[in-house]
Amino acid sequence: MKHMSVFEVIGPNMIGPSSSHTAGALRIARVMHKLAPQDIDKVTFILYGSFAKTYKGHGTDKALVAGLLGMDQEDERIKEAFKYASEKGLHYVFETSDSTQYKHPNSVEIVVKDSRGNRLSITGSSVGGGSISIDKVNGMDVFFSGEYYTLFITHDDQPGVVAHITHCLSEHDINIAFMRLYREDKGKHAYTIIEADEPIKEDVIGQMSMNEKIHYVKMINL
Amino acid sequence: MDFISAVELIDKCSQENITISEAMIRREVTLFHIDRDSAIERMAHSYDIMKRAVERALSEELLSMGGLIGGESKKIFDRNSKGKSVCGDILSKAISYAVGVLEVSSSMGLIVAAPTAGSSGVIPGVFLAIQEAFELSDETMTLALFNAGAIGYLITTNATVSGAEAGCQAEVGAASAMAASAVCELMGGTAEQCLDAASTALTNVLGLVCDPIAGLVEAPCQKRNAMGASNALISAEITLGGVRHIIPFDETVEAMYRVGKSMPVELRETAMGGIATTPTGCQLCKNILN
Repeated sequence: MKHMSVFEVIGPNMIGPSSSHTAGALRIARVMHKLAPQDIDKVTFILYGSFAKTYKGHGTDKALVAGLLGMDQEDERIKEAFKYASEKGLHYVFETSDSTQYKHPNSVEIVVKDSRGNRLSITGSSVGGGSISIDKVNGMDVFFSGEYYTLFITHDDQPGVVAHITHCLSEHDINIAFMRLYREDKGKHAYTIIEADEPIKEDVIGQMSMNEKIHYVKMINL
Repeated sequence: MDFISAVELIDKCSQENITISEAMIRREVTLFHIDRDSAIERMAHSYDIMKRAVERALSEELLSMGGLIGGESKKIFDRNSKGKSVCGDILSKAISYAVGVLEVSSSMGLIVAAPTAGSSGVIPGVFLAIQEAFELSDETMTLALFNAGAIGYLITTNATVSGAEAGCQAEVGAASAMAASAVCELMGGTAEQCLDAASTALTNVLGLVCDPIAGLVEAPCQKRNAMGASNALISAEITLGGVRHIIPFDETVEAMYRVGKSMPVELRETAMGGIATTPTGCQLCKNILN
């Protein structure tokens, strides 16, 4: 079990009013900020459960936009996130869903499109105290929490790819805390999620990306 | 090096002849491989955020997102400044500062969740009032935050500090216990006394429900933070006077958790019971959500 730090008790330092509805929402959107292409044209936030009911009063909407812009949970600009989004030409839409098909009462699906029409979606839950879980990527069930140094890798579902990934990490003396592998269909797209104890440097990611069966590697460090 | 109960914490403090805050700093250094100075520096930053939040509430016009609170800190502070306080200077300031932090939090300002955003006023309220009254340094107050952190860590590990899980007794109750313990240490109390004061504070609010109007962290949360701050000072005062607490801290925490689990879901942050579902509470909720 992971030890609890004193800074999880006296902390997190955050923009209020709610660790789950504000800070947690921001962290989910920050994951999307790390995964998505730089030139996001439009984003749709679909809110479920308690998020759908109380998002305005908790500033969940502002926190989500702020997270997508890359702000962290201590950023005092979060309150003005809509203004910063307009300045950057980011179009955002909020939808509420009365579906009960969500894993946790505080859930949001974030769908982004870039200027070329490429689409990426994630679904995340705010599970309390600002902690989150990412439950879906592009409709596929996954899991990671963002608590560790996380690599999100998309690649062909073929022999040798995972060996290449772990080889790159072991060469740089990086210990894997958790590793999970998901695939859409046999022989097609696959996702590998690595959670490591140590920071992962750019050159590791560069070396990993050299393999032509790897589509892209994204570092998620909340 | 780690401790997972109050019994182990007290043992550690007496074996090594150290305070609870020192035990917590050593735990942090050992388990998270950071040096002592960085840990203290990081905590000093947290204390600075707490102080700035209190200052903002006293100097700026704040209005919460839901519009239920704003401006309370100044009103209480001003009355005390005119020498009219019913409670006396320390308690009046603690109350004023505690409600102020909730104003900052609910208007999307920067606060320290200690242990949660909903209970974030208690520790700054108590700490700043005590610091001013006894002319203590920021360094001393920063160390005392590690003491508060130790209590919060024990409650989180062995029960919960989540209102959704165990009601306000878990949130404001934990914050109050944390502050009570820290005040005891600041006033020269022993580790046992710190835990006694924490037990008293938690016991005093056992059963307190979480029933936020419109589901927002505004009312009754803000005034419960004032209560949490005063409860911390009351508990420290009782303990420092030499009064022992009958039930050990670990058992008190376990009792709080049991009470929390037996609370109906309506009274655990769902806004489906208590003050939230009074006719006026419901009307306010309708106005805010539409």
